[in-house]
Amino acid sequence: MTTTTYTGTDKPNYLNWKTSVASWLLTYDHKRIAILYLVSISIFFLLGGLAAAMIRMELATPKGDLLTSDVYNKMFTTHGVIMIFLFLIPSIPAVFGNFLLPLMIGARDVAFPRLNLLSWYFFMAGAACVLIALFRGGIDTGWTFYTPYSSSFAKGEVSLAIVGVFLAGFASIFTGINFLVTIHKMRAPGMTWFRLPLFVWAMYATSLIQVLGTPVVAITLLLVAVERTFRIGIFDPNLGGDPILYQHLFWFYSHPAVYIMILPAMGVISEVISAFSKRRVFGYHFVAFSSLAIAIIGFLVWGHHMFSTGQSIYAGIVFSFLTWIVAIPSAIKTFNWMATIWKGRVHWDTPMLYALGFMGLFVIGGLTGLHLAAMATNVHLTDTYFIVAHFHYVMVGGAIMGYLAALHFWWPKMTGRMYPEGWGKLAALLVFVGFNLTFFPQFILGYMGMPRRYHSYPEEWATLNVLSTAGSSVLGLGYLLPVIYLTWSLKYGKVVTERNPWGARGLEWELVDTPPDPHNFERTPIVTRPAYDYNHPEEPTGFVPKPRPVVVGGKDG
Amino acid sequence: MAGHGESHVHPVSLYTRTLWWLMALLVATVVAGYIPNVPNWLGVVIALTIAVWKATIVIMNFMHVRYSGKLAWLFAGAGFFWLLIMLAFAFADYVSRPWEPFNGWPE
Repeated sequence: MTTTTYTGTDKPNYLNWKTSVASWLLTYDHKRIAILYLVSISIFFLLGGLAAAMIRMELATPKGDLLTSDVYNKMFTTHGVIMIFLFLIPSIPAVFGNFLLPLMIGARDVAFPRLNLLSWYFFMAGAACVLIALFRGGIDTGWTFYTPYSSSFAKGEVSLAIVGVFLAGFASIFTGINFLVTIHKMRAPGMTWFRLPLFVWAMYATSLIQVLGTPVVAITLLLVAVERTFRIGIFDPNLGGDPILYQHLFWFYSHPAVYIMILPAMGVISEVISAFSKRRVFGYHFVAFSSLAIAIIGFLVWGHHMFSTGQSIYAGIVFSFLTWIVAIPSAIKTFNWMATIWKGRVHWDTPMLYALGFMGLFVIGGLTGLHLAAMATNVHLTDTYFIVAHFHYVMVGGAIMGYLAALHFWWPKMTGRMYPEGWGKLAALLVFVGFNLTFFPQFILGYMGMPRRYHSYPEEWATLNVLSTAGSSVLGLGYLLPVIYLTWSLKYGKVVTERNPWGARGLEWELVDTPPDPHNFERTPIVTRPAYDYNHPEEPTGFVPKPRPVVVGGKDG
Repeated sequence: MAGHGESHVHPVSLYTRTLWWLMALLVATVVAGYIPNVPNWLGVVIALTIAVWKATIVIMNFMHVRYSGKLAWLFAGAGFFWLLIMLAFAFADYVSRPWEPFNGWPE
C-alpha cells in the first residue's frame, strides 16, 4: 500500500462540519446528497420487501387464504413499483455514483450541485406520490402499467402513481446529466479516459441510458394518465388507440432500465474484485467498452418482451437475434473478472463474498435470459415463474448483490466506522443461500407452467412454493442483518482513521481522508498512474500538489 | 459557436422572438387540424413539420445549443438518433405485421 495517513477523528469531515437538519436538507455536497439517497432508498427497500414477504406468505399454501386476489394484485404491484422505481434504479447511481464519482476522478463536486439536490427532491416528491397512491387503496396494474387496463379499467390512484414515477424519472435524468458532464469536464489533470476506474465507465454508460431512455417512459406514462383522465385515444383500442404501441414505448426504456440497475453493479464488481485480488482488472479496455456496448445494444432488444403480445413475427426474429448479441459484452465482463481473480492474492472479506455471489447469480440470470430470447421457448415460458426467477436473478442476485458489495466496501470510507466482519460474512452467506432457495425453485415452477401474478395454484406445485417461501425467510434475515449491524456500527463500530483500510488503489482510497473532507481534496490532485496499478504498490496513483510558497517582501514588495 | 467554458450573452429579444414563434406555430398547429378535406397523411406531415420546427427553435435558442461546443451538438444529435432507433424498430413491427397470413401459416 502506498499511503496510510492518520487523519484523526476530530478533524472536520463532511459528516460533522455542519450538523443542523437544514445543513443536510439544503446541502450541495455530493457526499451528503448520497447519504440522503441512501437513507431514503433503504426505507423504500424495506417497504418493498414487506410487500414481497406478503406475496411469499400467500404462496406458502396453494389456496388463496391470506390475501384476496384483489389485494394480492395490489401487493405485487406495490412490490414492483417500489423496488424498481424507488430502489433499484436510484440505488447504486444515486448513492455510490454521487458519493464516489467526484472522489474517483479528482473533483471537488459534481458539475451541477444544485441540480443534484433538486434531483433528490424530485425523487422524494415522486416517492411521496407513489406512496400516497399505494396507501389510498393501492393500484393493481403491475409495475408495467399495461394498457388498456391501466388507462381505462383499473381503479385506484393510477394517475397519481404515474405522476410519481414521472417525477422519479426526472430525478434519474438529472443524475445522468450531472454525471455525464462531470465525467467529461471535471476529471483531474492526468486522469485520462483510460485511467478512469471501471466504476466510472459503468456510471458513464448508465448515465447515457438514463438521459436517452427515461424521457420516453416519462412521456409514455403521462400519455396513459392523459388517456385515463381525458379519454383521449392513444393506447385503448375502444378509443382508437393501440395497446402494442404502449408496449413498444414502455419497453424502449424499461428494458435498458435493467441495465441502469445492473451496469453500476458491474462497475462495483470490477472495483471490488480488483481490490480483493490485488490485481489490475484483466482486459481493462474490454471491460470499459463492454459497458458502452451494453448501454447501446441494450436499446435494440426491447421487442423480446413482446414475442407473445401481437408483435410481428419478423420484428420478433430481429429482436431475438439482437438479444443474443447483448449477451456478448456481459460475458466479456464475466470472463475478465474470472481472469482477474485467477492467480490473484484473493482476500475473502465481506465485499468480495458479495462480488463472488454476484458473479454466480448474474451468470444464471444472464444465461436464462438466452432461453427467453429464443422465440419458441419464450412462448412456453412467458408470464410464468420462469420469468420471475430470471429477472430476480439479474436484478436481485445481480444488482442488489452489487449494491451490498458496494455498501460494505465503501462503508468505512463513508462513515469512518467498520462493521463487524463476522456478521458481514454471515449475512453474505445467508443472502446467497436464501436467494437461491427462493428463486431457483421458481425456474422449475415456471417450466412446469405455473403462471405469475396469481394468488392460488394447484396442489402439485405446493412443495416448490413452500421451499421458495422458506428460502425467502432466510433471504429476509440476510437482508435484515446488514440493516442492524451497519446501523450498530455507526455508534459502536471500530473507528477507521486510516485512508485505505482495504489497501486498495484509487484516488478515493489513497488521497481522500476517512471520512472525506467536505471539499474532498485539499487541492486538485494530479494523476500519474493508471487505475488498479497493484504491480507498483510503491507508486501512488496520484498526488495532491503542495501549495506554492507565498513570497513576502523581495523586489516587488 | 463559442468554445468550451465561454459564456454567451443572450439578448432578451431572442427569447421574446422565440416565444412568439412558438405561439404562432401553436396556432398554426390548431388551424391545420381544422382545415377541411385534408387527407390524413398530409395532416400528419403538416403536424410533424410544425412540431419539428418548434423543437428545433427550442433546442437552438432556449437550450443554447446554437452557442455550445461540439460535445453538446453530439449529445443533442444522439438524442435524435435514439429517437430514430425507437421509431425505426417500432414501425418495422407495424409494417411487417400484414405479411403474416390472417388465418395461420399454411401446412
